[in-house]
Amino acid sequence: MTTLTKGPELVKAPAPAPAARRRGRWVTIALFLLPAIVLFLMLVVAPMVVAAYASLFRWNGFGGLPTDFIGLDNFTRLFSSEIFVQDMWHLVVLVASSIFVQLPFSLAVAMLLHQRMRGRAIYRMVFFAPYVLSEVITGVLFSLILSPGSGMANQVLSVFGWESEWLADPDTVLPSLFLVMTWKYFGFHMMIYLAGRQNIPNELVEAAQIDGATGWKTFRYVTLPLLGPTIRISVFLSVIYTIQLFDLVWILTGGGPSHASETMAVTMMDWGFKRSQVGYASAISVVMFVLSLVFALFYQRFVMRRDLEGATTSMGGRP
Amino acid sequence: MSPTRKKASPRRGTLPLHAIALVVGAFMVVPVVYALLGGFKHNSELSGNPFGLPETWVTANYTDVLASGSFWLQLWNSTFIAVVTTVLTVALSALAAFVFARFAFRGRELFFTLFTAGLMFPFAVAILPIFVLLRTFGLLDNPLGVILTQAAFGLPLTIIILRGFFRSIPGEIEEAATIDGCTPFGFFWRILLPMARPAIATVSVLAIVGSWNNFMLPLVVFSQETSWTLPLGIQQFQGQYASDTARILAYLILAMVPALGFYAIAERHLVGGLTAGATKG
Repeated sequence: MTTLTKGPELVKAPAPAPAARRRGRWVTIALFLLPAIVLFLMLVVAPMVVAAYASLFRWNGFGGLPTDFIGLDNFTRLFSSEIFVQDMWHLVVLVASSIFVQLPFSLAVAMLLHQRMRGRAIYRMVFFAPYVLSEVITGVLFSLILSPGSGMANQVLSVFGWESEWLADPDTVLPSLFLVMTWKYFGFHMMIYLAGRQNIPNELVEAAQIDGATGWKTFRYVTLPLLGPTIRISVFLSVIYTIQLFDLVWILTGGGPSHASETMAVTMMDWGFKRSQVGYASAISVVMFVLSLVFALFYQRFVMRRDLEGATTSMGGRP
Repeated sequence: MSPTRKKASPRRGTLPLHAIALVVGAFMVVPVVYALLGGFKHNSELSGNPFGLPETWVTANYTDVLASGSFWLQLWNSTFIAVVTTVLTVALSALAAFVFARFAFRGRELFFTLFTAGLMFPFAVAILPIFVLLRTFGLLDNPLGVILTQAAFGLPLTIIILRGFFRSIPGEIEEAATIDGCTPFGFFWRILLPMARPAIATVSVLAIVGSWNNFMLPLVVFSQETSWTLPLGIQQFQGQYASDTARILAYLILAMVPALGFYAIAERHLVGGLTAGATKG
């Protein structure tokens, strides 16, 4: 890639005098650092600040910065809005399902594929593959499969005399969404667990087995505790991802039917782009940000602290 | 990861394991196989015979998509944006990471903390102001609008990973290079970057996959069909041919080919890059 072309020929310059060299050092630092800092300030930091600022205004997104200051009205309106309260409930449901269903499932499959068995490399490759596909491909594919009328899922289930409205019924839309999320993401968590499991010295597992521990006891009292840091990371990623969940929902249901699968990000896009209430939508984005931040700080302070101080496995190590 | 430890023949009693793995495998594979075969069927056959092989292999669904200019245009747009995003992200991050790793100067920790804090800024939060900003600069419906934004949000993680790697390269090498007359840039370009190839592979994978699959940003930036990337094209195609399921399935399969092909070729890099990238964040 980058190594094929030759750099400019700067080699033969004589060693500069100390004062010039010191100035040269600062020039180097500035030249190397500035492009990244400028881009970062303009497109990451400034928009964040503007979002926080705009959340205090009534603003349609046009005509320079907002001027119609309304204090915290957007937030009071937000928290008394039924849709937004539902959004938070959906977040709780999806996070709980992820932690108590998807992650244990991923862990079980990882432990399975850690065994010596024929074809495990292929299984791993196949299970991880959906993670590489885009959310849009996944979403469109499953919107066809789960279509209540002629979708493949109902045709299969009708053999057993069972059918579902899947994404079209407010009662089944969240479980259906969760099913698609599991299809797409469990392989990712599985890979993290596999890597974590590989970092556990086999001597520990063997020692337990020599002492007479059964397969389950070995897992429960040796493997699982040693996987702790890995599991805590995977829970962390899962929660942060779910707070910002957008693409899949937008494609699968658009938040419907009657807001039954709406997430905060979907509500925000709805108000920001379809109804041009950018101030109100910014308030939603501020809540998302604060939620992520508070969760991250709290989680790292109280849950992952042990891992950051150096645990048996290295997955918890932060740079 | 590698099957090298598999030398011993599989133990007996792996049959239940295989049964479970096969069930999970079916759950993963069936949707894709359904789409692949469905693309070769008439719509009328699709509802009566979802799994079987097509009675007659209808190739029109696939060939129509391949013959349409819009699929190739979207493929090109996605590729162009992914490549430029990756080069830009990695180049700017490498320069900054080099300074963070090998120079001591006032304000270094401040700037580095600023970037690490950037990890905590979810992209969705900034989308509205970014849209307003890009509109102000006239970058809507311009690939640069997506490229620059993706690069900016890719900087924190890329800088952190590369800085960690650059710091692990011993100072003696830099001293030796300097004594031989190497400038800081010369050292960076000829010695540090080639040595950092594994780390650069990791961050490149993250940037490419992130850009390739990005939906939210192109959705708000691109309104004209000529600028659409594949995800936008797929979404639009589904809306346009809502009742023509077989044709949408064919489009989906063709849109999967680049990503799955890349995955098949560079599986280890992809798995390593995506998991390491996420867990280091």
